[in-house]
Amino acid sequence: MNFLLKKIMKMRPLFEKGGRFEKFHSVFDGFETFIFVPETVTRKGSHVRDHMDMKRTMTVVIIALLPALIFGAWNVGLQHTRAFGLEGWGTFQMFWFGFLKILPLIIVSYGVGLGIEFIAAQMRGHQINEGFLVTGMLIPLIMPVDVPLWMLALSTAFAVIIGKEVFGGTGMNILNPALTARAFLFFSYPGWMTGDKVWIEGLTKGGGLDGFSGATPLALAKLDEFQKMPSAMDMFLGTIPGSVGETSVVAILIGALFLIITGVGSFRIMLSMTLGALGMGLLLNLTGSNEYTQLPAYYHLIMGGFAFGAVFMATDPVSAAQTNTGKWIYGALTGIMVVIIRVFNPAYPEGTMLAILLMNVFAPLIDHYVVNANIRRRLKRIKTT
Amino acid sequence: MPSPIRLRKGLDIKLKGKAEKILLPEIAVTRFGVRFADFEGLTAKPVVKEGDTVKAGTTLFYDKSFPEIKYASPVSGVVKEVVRGDKRFLLEVVIDQEGNEKEIFGAAADPLSLTREQVKVRMLESGLWPVMRQRPYHIVARPSGSPKAIFISAFDTAPLAPDIDFIMANTHGNHLQTGISALTRLTDGKVHLSFDSAGSRVAEVNNLKNVEVHSFTGPHPAGNVGVQIHHIDPVSKGDVVWYIDIQDVVALGRLFATGVYDRERIIALAGEGVLHPKYHRIKPGASVSGILKGNLAEGKFRVISGNILTGKTIGPEGSLGFYDNTVSVIPEGDYSEFFGWALPGFDKFSYWKTFMSKLLPRKEYTLDTNVHGGQRAFVMTGHYEKVLPMDIYPIQLVKAILAEDVELMENLGIYEVAEEDFALCEYIDPSKSEIQEIIRKGINLMIKEMN
Repeated sequence: MNFLLKKIMKMRPLFEKGGRFEKFHSVFDGFETFIFVPETVTRKGSHVRDHMDMKRTMTVVIIALLPALIFGAWNVGLQHTRAFGLEGWGTFQMFWFGFLKILPLIIVSYGVGLGIEFIAAQMRGHQINEGFLVTGMLIPLIMPVDVPLWMLALSTAFAVIIGKEVFGGTGMNILNPALTARAFLFFSYPGWMTGDKVWIEGLTKGGGLDGFSGATPLALAKLDEFQKMPSAMDMFLGTIPGSVGETSVVAILIGALFLIITGVGSFRIMLSMTLGALGMGLLLNLTGSNEYTQLPAYYHLIMGGFAFGAVFMATDPVSAAQTNTGKWIYGALTGIMVVIIRVFNPAYPEGTMLAILLMNVFAPLIDHYVVNANIRRRLKRIKTT
Repeated sequence: MPSPIRLRKGLDIKLKGKAEKILLPEIAVTRFGVRFADFEGLTAKPVVKEGDTVKAGTTLFYDKSFPEIKYASPVSGVVKEVVRGDKRFLLEVVIDQEGNEKEIFGAAADPLSLTREQVKVRMLESGLWPVMRQRPYHIVARPSGSPKAIFISAFDTAPLAPDIDFIMANTHGNHLQTGISALTRLTDGKVHLSFDSAGSRVAEVNNLKNVEVHSFTGPHPAGNVGVQIHHIDPVSKGDVVWYIDIQDVVALGRLFATGVYDRERIIALAGEGVLHPKYHRIKPGASVSGILKGNLAEGKFRVISGNILTGKTIGPEGSLGFYDNTVSVIPEGDYSEFFGWALPGFDKFSYWKTFMSKLLPRKEYTLDTNVHGGQRAFVMTGHYEKVLPMDIYPIQLVKAILAEDVELMENLGIYEVAEEDFALCEYIDPSKSEIQEIIRKGINLMIKEMN
C-alpha cells in the first residue's frame, strides 16, 4: 500500500490550489480519502476522535440494504418467469437475470447523482458528502424494474439538485432525497409508476401470458379485487410484484436488525411507525364499512413499500424528527398517514411515500414542540425557586 | 448517607497507560510558566518584567476587567520572560525558579472566625482567587456578590484521570476541612461535595463538616462538576454558582492555616507514551520536562496538560496547566490508513457498535490523535444525547450557537454548560465537528451580550 500512498502523495500538489488540476480538487480528495483515511490530526478540542466517520455510517446503511437488494434481484427473475410462463429456471438464473436488469438502474443512479455531488462539492470548495452513497442505492430499490433509464436519470438529478443541493447539501435537506426522486417520477410520469405492467421486467413491451396480471397487492386492493391478492405469507416473503427492493419484509427486517444493533437506524421511528399503522388499521377494522377497511390491520405492514419505508426512508436522520420524543410522534403519525392515504385516497394506491414526505415537512415542527417542552421545564425551575 | 445519584449516560474511554498508584516525590525543575490561555476571557495586564525577582505568591499580572483578581507566581525566582505571540498577544510568564521565598498573607486564622470580606481579600491578595470558577460561563469567579452554592467534585472520570481518593490520602497537611470552612464564608447557600459512590474514602468524606455530600455513580462525565451541579442544584437564568477543584480546597485551607500561596498538588502522568505512568507531586506551572525526563517512549507522541478530551498540547518542555491534574502522553496519528473506514476494527475502541471491538472487547485500547475522517454537516441524531447526562439538547444548543440566537441559547441551557461537558459529544461525532470550540464561542457571545 505504500506504493499507492506515495503515488497519491505525488499527485496531490497537482490538485491543490495553483495546481494544474485544481478544478478537480474535490473529486481527487474524494477518491484519496476513500482509499486512505487522511493523516489529519486533531488541532482543537478533544485530542482523540472516534474511528467512526460519515463513510462508515453510510456503509452500514448500504450493508443493511444488501438483503433487500439480493432478494429484489431474485424476485425480478421470479416475476419474469411467472409472467411469461418460463419454466425450469434455477434460483441463481433468476437472480442473475434480475441482477443484470437492476445493475443499469444502480449505475445510472450513482453516475448521475455522484456526478452532480462532485460538481456541487467543487463549486462550494467542500469535501464530497457521502450521503449520496445511500441515496444512490435507495433510488433503484424503490423504482419499478422497467422504469426507463432516462427517467431514472432525470428524477435522480431532480432529487439531488432540488431536493438536496439547493438547501446546502447533505445534512441540510428537508425531504428525503430518494423519495423526492420517486415522487418526481410519480407525478411526472404516472404511467410508469402505477398500473400492472411496470413492476415486471419486459411486461410493458407486451407478451405476457394471457390473463396474467402484474398488479401489486395495493393496486388490487384499490380495485376491490381482494380475492386476487396474494397470501399474507407471500407478501411477507416478498414473492410478489412491486418496486425492486420493497417486496420482501423478511429481507428488510434483516437490514432493520443490523441498523438497530449498530445504532445507525432509529428503532424508535421503525417501531412507532409500525404501531401507528397497526393502530390505524385496527381502528378501521372496528369502524369501517367497506372491504378495504376490513382488511386485517397487519396487511398494511406487509403490503407495498411500508416496511422498506419504515426501515430505510422514514429513519433518514436528516429529514426525520431529531429529538427522541419527536421520533416517536413522527413515526406514529407517519404510520397513521400511510393507512389513511391507502384506504381513503381515491387516486393513489400506495401511501408510504406520500406519508413520509408529508411528515418530513412536519418533522421540524414536531421537534420544535419537543424542544419547547425542555425550555418550559427550564423556565419553570426559576418560578419554583 | 443519601443514596447515590445514578447517571446512565456517558462513556468511559478505556485507554492504555493508566497511572500506577505509586507516588513519586517532587522533581526539581527550573522553568515555571503561567499561561494566559488557561484563563478563559482574561484580558491580562502584567505587572512584572524581565529580571524582576518574585516570591511564591507575588502578583505576576491582573485582570484588566476585574483588577482585584490577581494571578500569582507559583514559586520564587526571577522572571525570565513575558512571552508574546503575534500582535504582542500575551502567551506566558516564564520564571526561573530560585530559592524558596514566600509571600505571607496574614497570620494563621480559622476562616470561620473571619468575615466574608476578610476571606475574599486574603484570597484575592494572595492570587489564589482564580482557583474559584463559576457557572454560567466556566470562567474565573467574579468576586463581587456571592454564589447560591459552591461545588466541589471529589472524583474524576475522564480518560486516564487520577484516582482522587489516592491523591487525597497522600496530600500533605490536613487542610481540607479548613478550606471547606473558608468556602462556607463565601456563600449563603450550601457547599456541596460530590464523590464517587465506589470510592475508597467514603468514611473520611462523611466526617467532613459544614458540607453537604452527594455520591454519584456512572460513566464519564459523571465526574464533571457541571454535570453534578445540574443534578444537585441546576443553574437557571440569573443564578451564579462557584466551584473549585478539591486539591485547591486544600491549597485554600493552607492559605488560611499558614498564610502562604502553595498549590502543590498530585497529578497522574499517564498514557501510552509514558514509560512509567505514575503519580507525581508537582506545582502547577512547573515544566513537565522534569517528570518526562527519561520517561518518554520511542516514537511520535503528543504531550497534553490535562486529559485527552479537554487538555492543551504543551510539548515535552511545557508548563503544567493551572487547573490540570493529569499529564497525558498519547501517540500522534499523522498517518494515512488504507481503507481505514471500512476495516472491521478489532483493535479500535469506539462508542459506535459498528466495530468488531464491540463483540470482542479488550481491556484497554490505543487511541491516537488522528481525526479518522473528514468534517461534514451534522447528520446523525439521537447519539449526542447519550453521552451528555444533562436535560439538555446538545445539537439544538450547538445549532442555536451557530445561528447566534442568543435567546434560544439561553433557553436551551447555555448557562449550565462548559465545553468540557460536550467533549464526549465531540469525541463520538462522526461528522467531526469542533463542538467544544462552538460551545466556547457561544459562552463568549453570552458574556458579550450580558455586559
